[in-house]
Amino acid sequence: MNDVRLLTGGEAVAHAMRQVDPDVVPVYPITPQTPIIQTFAKFVADGRAHTEIVNVESEHSAMSAAIGAALAGGRTMTATSSQGLALMAEIVYIAASMRAPIVMALGNRALSGPINIHCDHSDSMLIRDSGVVQLFAENAQEAYDLMVMAPRIAEDARVLLPVLVCLDGFTITHSAEPVSLLPDDDVARFVGPYHVPNDVLDTTRPTTQGPFAMPDYYFELRRQQAAALEAALDVLEEVASDFGQQSGRRHGALESYKLDGATRAIVALGSTAGTVKDVVDELRDEHEPVGLLKLVSFRPFPGRAVAAALASCARVAVLDRADSPGGTPPLHAELAAALYGGDVELAGHVYGLGGRDLHPPDVREVFAGTAAPHIGLRGERCLV
Amino acid sequence: MDELSTWEKLPVAGVVRPADAPRSLTGGWRTGEKPTADLSLCVNCLLCWLYCPDSAVTLAGEAFTGFDLDYCKGCGICADVCPVDAIAMVSE
Repeated sequence: MNDVRLLTGGEAVAHAMRQVDPDVVPVYPITPQTPIIQTFAKFVADGRAHTEIVNVESEHSAMSAAIGAALAGGRTMTATSSQGLALMAEIVYIAASMRAPIVMALGNRALSGPINIHCDHSDSMLIRDSGVVQLFAENAQEAYDLMVMAPRIAEDARVLLPVLVCLDGFTITHSAEPVSLLPDDDVARFVGPYHVPNDVLDTTRPTTQGPFAMPDYYFELRRQQAAALEAALDVLEEVASDFGQQSGRRHGALESYKLDGATRAIVALGSTAGTVKDVVDELRDEHEPVGLLKLVSFRPFPGRAVAAALASCARVAVLDRADSPGGTPPLHAELAAALYGGDVELAGHVYGLGGRDLHPPDVREVFAGTAAPHIGLRGERCLV
Repeated sequence: MDELSTWEKLPVAGVVRPADAPRSLTGGWRTGEKPTADLSLCVNCLLCWLYCPDSAVTLAGEAFTGFDLDYCKGCGICADVCPVDAIAMVSE
């Protein structure tokens, strides 16, 4: 049974939420996350999902309420973007440290300032080190698929961490594409009933949640949390295989696109991977040995698998849709670490900040090694 | 937990169960004053019980009986909120 509909990424994510039917969704609206929650709220109002939506007064409260709901034993989801995530950031760290398996959709949007509503990945990168899983979708289908997979990853006893499904603002959240939905029953079976983590808030078995940790225990608890995030890499692959059997679409930590025999490769996150694939197809038709490494999982970062996938490449270019002023952009830094000691020429490019488009000719220049460090920035000369 | 644990042995998220916690008698934090109650004035409104930040007001059923000085930190909130001045802070 193949139910293909014309849906925006935001609507597709809302359908995944309807089918998962979480117990609680505390949420505050923000562009470009809005279509996710407005579509989902309509599903709840129409009785097609049975979720308690908590209309909170800010994202700080949304994540706080989400922690309370998750630790009280409810399957919990939320969604935000940009400034919303920035306001939530303090509590995202707390959610990870309290090991609350909250699933959150993030409509990626540039952080202020200047204020902007369009896509880049600066919001994701703001919470890079918070200890949450971050998965990036290439298109509306993947956003739906990852949102169905996410509860299984978040709630696995080896993980118990928040999982973010990141979809590029407007490019994915607001663009309509054909999306294949699984039958409702299949999703319900796939995610299964919610198994409450060991120690939840329970007046008959009182516990202290989120205890103070002094120098004698803080380090140990941080290490325990990091180990859970590392374990999410195996869990992701297991869930990806199960999901692949169910749907015919497998989304592991990375996707190698025409990397066999490639000597030049681009590494990218999110919707840009789609643009790069088109250019790879063109260049392969012209007998150029080029390929794409698309990262689905940015956290945990699959460093060894990245190095293995790029083993045949003499030159690798990393596309960062977020800058790190005064330092090395986040994806570039990860690649430099993953490929350290190898014989690869690594180039880093920042592109697309605040929603600036990346065009196929730009990607051709990257493959040719002639692109500027800041692709699309007016006045910057190319490398040749 | 008598010895410090490695991270693998800690409960997930460091959740503390009652049996794991040392029973520190935090009443030792008082710095010179403790509450006393004149039961002949008390109207059993239980505001002191409601406000006490350390759950150190003791009851028999729903009747006020006094203070658990093992946990009272001597903050004086009970004396402050008592509407009939039945509670006074006195020198230890």
